Amino acid sequence: MTTHPNLAVITRYAAGGSGLDDATVWSVEVHLEGCPECRAHLAGSTTDDTRALLDRVAAGLDGGIAAGPLPVGRRQPWSAVHRRWLAWALLPWLTMTVAVLGCAFLLEALRPDQPSLLLLLAPVAPLPGVAVAWSRRADPAWELIAGTPAAGITMLLRRTAAVLAVVIPALALAGAGSGVSLALMLLPSLAFTAASIALGAVVGVRRAAAGVGVLWLLAVVLPSVVIEKLPVILEPGSVPVWALAIVALAAFAASRADGYRRLSSHR
Amino acid sequence: MMRTVSAAETAPTTHPWVVHTEGLRVRAGRHLAVDGLDLALGTGVHGLLGPNGAGKTTLMRALATVVKPAGGRLTLLGEPVDGRSDLRRVRRGLGYLPQQFGFYPRFTVREFIEYMAWLKEMPKTVVPGAVQRAIDRVGLTAKANARMKTLSGGMLRRAGIAQAIVNDPEVLLLDEPTVGLDPEQRLDFREMLRDLGVDSCVLVSTHLVEDVVAACTDVVMINEGRLVYQGTPDDLITQGGQGDAGDSPAERGYSALLRRHRAGTGR
Repeated sequence: MTTHPNLAVITRYAAGGSGLDDATVWSVEVHLEGCPECRAHLAGSTTDDTRALLDRVAAGLDGGIAAGPLPVGRRQPWSAVHRRWLAWALLPWLTMTVAVLGCAFLLEALRPDQPSLLLLLAPVAPLPGVAVAWSRRADPAWELIAGTPAAGITMLLRRTAAVLAVVIPALALAGAGSGVSLALMLLPSLAFTAASIALGAVVGVRRAAAGVGVLWLLAVVLPSVVIEKLPVILEPGSVPVWALAIVALAAFAASRADGYRRLSSHR
Repeated sequence: MMRTVSAAETAPTTHPWVVHTEGLRVRAGRHLAVDGLDLALGTGVHGLLGPNGAGKTTLMRALATVVKPAGGRLTLLGEPVDGRSDLRRVRRGLGYLPQQFGFYPRFTVREFIEYMAWLKEMPKTVVPGAVQRAIDRVGLTAKANARMKTLSGGMLRRAGIAQAIVNDPEVLLLDEPTVGLDPEQRLDFREMLRDLGVDSCVLVSTHLVEDVVAACTDVVMINEGRLVYQGTPDDLITQGGQGDAGDSPAERGYSALLRRHRAGTGR
């Protein structure tokens, strides 16, 4: 810190700096920036004119603040969900998914000798939500978002996590209610989500989800319902296979991470 | 309202053209909308003219990296844009207003622009000031906290322009930005364009020839996916004579160029 100026210099500075040369004024200002004691001296020696000016400025600021627009309210995180587009776009699809799972649960309770419809439908449960979350048709601002740096696999995973946050608890609840192994309920649905995301790098997420879902329904669900026997891949011993599939598909999706930069990958 | 300028912004550039295409081909669906376009744009305001179906919107989408080019070379800010390039760096310097401006109705104007600023990976400390500056520049200060579904068409367009300029982009792409603006707002918009064109490359696609002549430093005309003409607005006016269709000298120049191009391609 520079040396403290004496009181007479500070008083002359407060009165407007008459009689002081420029170099003294500058050194006093630089010193005042860092020394609270000398600032207190300055406050004690302000002239009446300066005090009147400060009062006018304060009154003007108060008037401006009172007349101006209100400050933006603090964002409450718990109320943010209802404003999100994704919540409203997903609501019908997730309601349908939960309703279908509920019906499958009821059917299983009524006809316990049939193969578990819940187990058969669990893998395709998240797929409608995933398809809606990353599709040009469902997202009104897709063109804006597709041109931003943040568009890519991170955003897709965030939206998929929102879908899974609803579907996985519903599956777990239904599975616990019907006494099926929890791993067997949840792992196939995660594997199918990973499959539609991984294939989405090649053909677009919406098409991949639709294709994978339809394939499963035609190739596995329909024959199982007709033959009245659970397929081999849904036996309790196949849990490690599903876990391996999840890891492999996730690795594939990560290796093609650049393919998600435009909302419908291959075009 | 002013902002701080970083050292990176004042550093000299090493690329000759901000936007450079060579033989660019872009598909819109199955149709090849942009067919062998050679374009070189530097700093300034460039007006993009052309009849409907000439490929203007497809060109804008390709420049905004929303659509992948089907062939040819596209270089934005000195970086090549093709299937394998890292688009994040390029997209941070882009601003894009699509022709169909999709928005999330439940957001307020401020929230929407903040969301777009977050998607453009602006530093968090800079975002509130930049958003307020963008809102003030487009004249939406009074409506900053209104929900987007309550805005009129012209105000929505201005909100779209605000989200495009929030990150002070080096390449600004505006597709029909004056749709729905009343004449006084169009004058304000021209003033803003002139201000923006000092530091960045602005490409404005519009049908209004008067807007181009008044605000643009350079006119680019395309027809059927190819470049017809590139030059100053004064040169455009000299291209037309008394015999050509149009109510203003610029419109006559435009129709003369179009007629010559169509005759030249044998249509």
